Amino acid sequence: MPSQQEKFAIFDPKKIFFQVLDFTGESMRGFCSTLRHPGKLRSRDFFYYFDLCGPKSLPIVLLIELLTGMILGLQAAIQLRKFGTELYVADTLGWSVFKEMGPLMVGIVATGRAGSAFAAELGTMKVNEELSALTTMGISYGRFLVAPKLLAMMLAMPLLTVFGDLAAVAGGGMIAMTFVDLPISVYNARLFEVLNPITFLLGIVKALVFGILITLAGCYMGIEADSDAQGVGRAATSAVVISILLIVLSDALMTQIFSYIGY
Amino acid sequence: MNADKPIIEVRNLTIGYDARIILKDLNFEVAPGEIFGILGGSGCGKSTLMKHLIGLYEPFKGSIGIFGENISQANEAQKRKIMQRFGVAYQGGALFGSMTLAENVGLVLEEYTDLNAEQIRRRVSEKLALVDLAGFENFMPGELSGGMKKRAGLARALALDPKLLFFDEPSAGLDPITSAELDKLILRLRDQEGTTIVVVTHELDSIFTITDRVIMLDKNTQGIAATGNVHKLLSESPDPWVRNFLSREGLKRAEMAK
Ligand SMILES: Nc1ncnc2c1ncn2[C@@H]1O[C@H](COP(=O)(O)OP(=O)(O)OP(=O)(O)O)[C@@H](O)[C@H]1O
Ligand SMILES: [Mg+2]
Repeated sequence: MPSQQEKFAIFDPKKIFFQVLDFTGESMRGFCSTLRHPGKLRSRDFFYYFDLCGPKSLPIVLLIELLTGMILGLQAAIQLRKFGTELYVADTLGWSVFKEMGPLMVGIVATGRAGSAFAAELGTMKVNEELSALTTMGISYGRFLVAPKLLAMMLAMPLLTVFGDLAAVAGGGMIAMTFVDLPISVYNARLFEVLNPITFLLGIVKALVFGILITLAGCYMGIEADSDAQGVGRAATSAVVISILLIVLSDALMTQIFSYIGY
Repeated sequence: MNADKPIIEVRNLTIGYDARIILKDLNFEVAPGEIFGILGGSGCGKSTLMKHLIGLYEPFKGSIGIFGENISQANEAQKRKIMQRFGVAYQGGALFGSMTLAENVGLVLEEYTDLNAEQIRRRVSEKLALVDLAGFENFMPGELSGGMKKRAGLARALALDPKLLFFDEPSAGLDPITSAELDKLILRLRDQEGTTIVVVTHELDSIFTITDRVIMLDKNTQGIAATGNVHKLLSESPDPWVRNFLSREGLKRAEMAK
């Protein structure tokens, strides 16, 4: 038995590279085909995933972002107090929330909620031979399985980020009012002074990219899961780990690009 | 199609997973209108062979012709075309859990036909009635028993009236009566619709009732131990292993015939 060779086959990076390429291509084709024929989108699936990623994630996003805003506000106030410049707590907070922490926290929540759910769902479908059935029915998993999730996430993530940003700014505002004794009007005025719509939009773009990466990572791990219960468990775990890695990497890249174009 | 031309033609086929060979140098063909059995002990590669025949995996070597087209060398688009022409009933049904039975069965009709909603609904009910599941249109797969799932999977495989049907373990996990009903249904499909059916099974009872011809796979040689009609193989095969494999049930039947 060439079991040694078999093990190498499993960790073959070239094979994995082509699998990822294949999967991404198939998903993108499915997505484009859905955009071209929106009538063929399984709307019940879409709304299910949108509900899962959007409204159902909102409470936890609001809570986390509120607390994040408070933590950032507090840290900023402590540092700025050293220079007697607490007034700028809004600048520091707004800047970091809209550009980084807002989308990032939404990404983390979505990874835990949607990414792992996608991987578990597709992994289970693989175990039940549903994926094989889909293939032999001649139906593309990209269009049938990935596209509804991708669309739902691409809609839900920006919306969550808008609400999350507001929650974080509100949390920071609470700190500014209590800890720094900054009047709310001053806080708001500073916020509007430093932030412009582009900063805000670029944060949204980040969330959109995170949403795409989380969906693709979750679906890929599910499709490539080992066909047993433990395999599905591992797929859900890897989906989360890989999503977080991708989020941080893409964030670093986008921050570079955005700063290059002047934001 | 020429009646003599085989529907499935397997030449020098070697298959397996990753770097491990499971079966090698297989040669056989399936004629139109035949009920063809793939037999063998547990773990000898029956399911593996079926997964390769339906194009889910690429063979290491050799070719698989289905409807005269080489599925193992087809590109994705061609493969999809070939796949639409045959049905596959999976062991556990493989129904899509988020869709009702009617949606499961109707999916390929929506994808590949111009039928309107009403026509699809009628065709779906017809197929569900065929497998004795009339009235279960709006059930979710999770609400069904194992045998019902398997039958619903069969209904889905038959939705497009395929000329060729693959069936993995039709009777595994079913009670004898349901299993006998399913055997009858398989025979009826062949007799009335002329469907060619490939079954993977180790249920000796079904093998003797439904199959016209079988191949028996041997785990040790990783090849075909015998090809032919089971009744003939039972009495005439020179290989004692083959006769032994078939004999327990064969004896019982011979006695019943007396
Ligand atoms: N996905 C897979 N990856 C690697 N090896 C596999 C895979 N599926 C099956 N095998 C191996 O292939 C061999 C044949 O398995 P297969 O499922 O084809 O047997 P089978 O004849 O269908 O058995 P059974 O009657 O128990 O269903 C086994 O040794 C099994 O370990
Ligand atoms: Mg099997």
